[in-house]
Amino acid sequence: MPSLDIRNLCVSIGEKPILKDFSLSLPKGEVHAIMGPNGTGKSTLAKALAGHEDYTITGGEVFLDGELLLGLEPEARAKLGLFLAFQYPCEIPGVSIANFLRAASQARLPEGQEVAAVEFYKKLHGKMDALKMDRKFTARSLNEGFSGGERKRCEILQMMMLEPKYAIMDETDSGLDIDALKIVAQGVNLMRGPELGVLVITHYQRLLDYIVPDKVHVMWDGRIVKSGGKELAFELEAKGYDWVSKELAPSAKN
Amino acid sequence: MSVTLAETPAPVAATSPALEAVFQAELAQAREPKWLADSRREAWTRANLDGKISESGIVVGKSDERWRFSGHKGWSLEGALRAKNKYAGKLPDIFAGGHPLDCAGKLTYADDILAAQTPVSAELARQGVIFLPLAEAIAKHPELVREHLFKHDHALGGGKFLALHQAYARAGTFLYVPDNVEVPATFFVTHWAATPGAALFPHTLIIAGANATVNFLDYFGSVNTTSEAWVAGAATIIAGSGARVFRKSVQNLNGHTLSYQDDTVICGRDSDVRNIAVHLGAQRARYESYSKLNGPGSNLELCALTIASGRQEFDQRTFQDHAAPRAKSNLLYKNALLDESRTIFAGMIRVEPGAEETDAYQQNRNLLLNPAAEADSLPGLEIQNQNVRCTHGATTSRLDPEELFYLRSRGLPKNTAYQLLVFGFFEEVIQRVENEALAELLRKLAREKFGK
Repeated sequence: MPSLDIRNLCVSIGEKPILKDFSLSLPKGEVHAIMGPNGTGKSTLAKALAGHEDYTITGGEVFLDGELLLGLEPEARAKLGLFLAFQYPCEIPGVSIANFLRAASQARLPEGQEVAAVEFYKKLHGKMDALKMDRKFTARSLNEGFSGGERKRCEILQMMMLEPKYAIMDETDSGLDIDALKIVAQGVNLMRGPELGVLVITHYQRLLDYIVPDKVHVMWDGRIVKSGGKELAFELEAKGYDWVSKELAPSAKN
Repeated sequence: MSVTLAETPAPVAATSPALEAVFQAELAQAREPKWLADSRREAWTRANLDGKISESGIVVGKSDERWRFSGHKGWSLEGALRAKNKYAGKLPDIFAGGHPLDCAGKLTYADDILAAQTPVSAELARQGVIFLPLAEAIAKHPELVREHLFKHDHALGGGKFLALHQAYARAGTFLYVPDNVEVPATFFVTHWAATPGAALFPHTLIIAGANATVNFLDYFGSVNTTSEAWVAGAATIIAGSGARVFRKSVQNLNGHTLSYQDDTVICGRDSDVRNIAVHLGAQRARYESYSKLNGPGSNLELCALTIASGRQEFDQRTFQDHAAPRAKSNLLYKNALLDESRTIFAGMIRVEPGAEETDAYQQNRNLLLNPAAEADSLPGLEIQNQNVRCTHGATTSRLDPEELFYLRSRGLPKNTAYQLLVFGFFEEVIQRVENEALAELLRKLAREKFGK
């Protein structure tokens, strides 16, 4: 069965181990949520999977539909079908959203083939309409001067345009008001289906009211300490992260 | 003519007989009005005053603050000649294959000799617009030219070059747009360096009357990539009350050319002036920009984009002189440096005592694309009125690895991501030209600098 398969992944920043024997299998077609307090390694997982050079892989394997992911350049991982929605997307002055997305679409085509402009814009405008984005947005520089909500919406737009097989959403809900959150969730829900696996990383249960996960994983100190259905998110919300540190974490170490 | 800028002060020598002969011959041949001939003799004397221009060289003062960080060699003008014959080859069309430029009139020079001319429409002529080759304007409108030609001098360091320019400049443009005449189309002037060893002195004089609108483009280029040349150009822009003047210049001379370029801008009351300069070419290019905000409420935008590669040196000296109250000036100079190139930016904002409520801004941003490249920045303020807002900033940085990672994570190959970021750095200036044909041309020229 196609999946994003993370096996015993160990990741360090400098000398400091952050992910410790982290394992998770995300089947295509499912939405999984990773919840956990700050500093537990959630963003490290996202960046390491995407291939950020500051994160050193010290052990483990990751397979995307059976293909080895680790060791590949970030762009090669993207071409295999991985997408990371950033927690803090960079501002890129002078690069318009339209040009950027066109270049990204172009990069996915075989050598010598050109993106067809008419179809490209038709698709882009369709996705923008779905996300309730003003079409003038395409001429703006990527994320430059964007509000938190605009940035996240722009991440979702990119995801919809690039049609990944697996998407990791790193704290997509941070800095969003409830309306923006709903629009972002709607975008993810529109894409949801048998061709996409989604890993939603979040600190709060709130996002999961709008993107209902198939599975919830609780993360603590670089590894998953408990997995369950969507009700686990409610339980976590009710009991708080103290519950994780006092009850779940010790048992996981044994 | 043969002039050399020596690395070290040459023994003081009076003007050489050979140089003197060229100057006198051109002066005699031009048959100019007496006031102009006198002015040229005066400039020639000024260029020679201390004996430091001769066949052995103009000396650029090493201890002169105005030349700080400048390379002191490479200005060799050995063998520089004044062309005697019209260039016979074909001149390139820089807008070929792209968006056409909407032109109000066109002048094309090769080696300071007029090669082609498209005069203004009968309608513009009827409205009193004068757009002529400088020499023709001197003959036809001597009084109007006399009022403005070579009137402005400054002390940004290139005095010798400017004096030499004033002694020789007969090629170029005289543009006069009367009060209340609006010309949205662009006056487009091209100066080509063609013959090996050519010495060029292109001049641009733009006079915009009250509430006039002017758009102007100067392009400096070489017809081939191999000929050495020396270009000392100067432009003066005089904006009357409420005038809107938008001038752009592109310096894309070949890598064997030495270029001195002076821009002087005089802003009248409530005028709105923009001057955008793009520097791509030459082996060594010195650019001096002096702007005087002479009228209350005037608004000036100065912008430059430089792409330096190989061992090119771009030396830029700017002066925003606020002489009137409530005037605004905004300077943005962006330099991208590849290979072992060098850029120098020295900018000064001066606020004179009466210039209250001045709002002046100066920013120099350097993007280092190679560790061997070097960017020097010398921002400066001189404020003699307390009721003002003046800020300046200079940054020198490399490409942000986080931005690179962000783009690569979307599937862009490293090189493509790198180029998008670099070209994004240029866009801030390119978009300000607000002209699709020119923006397209600039993007093309930028790509060419990257070998694409």
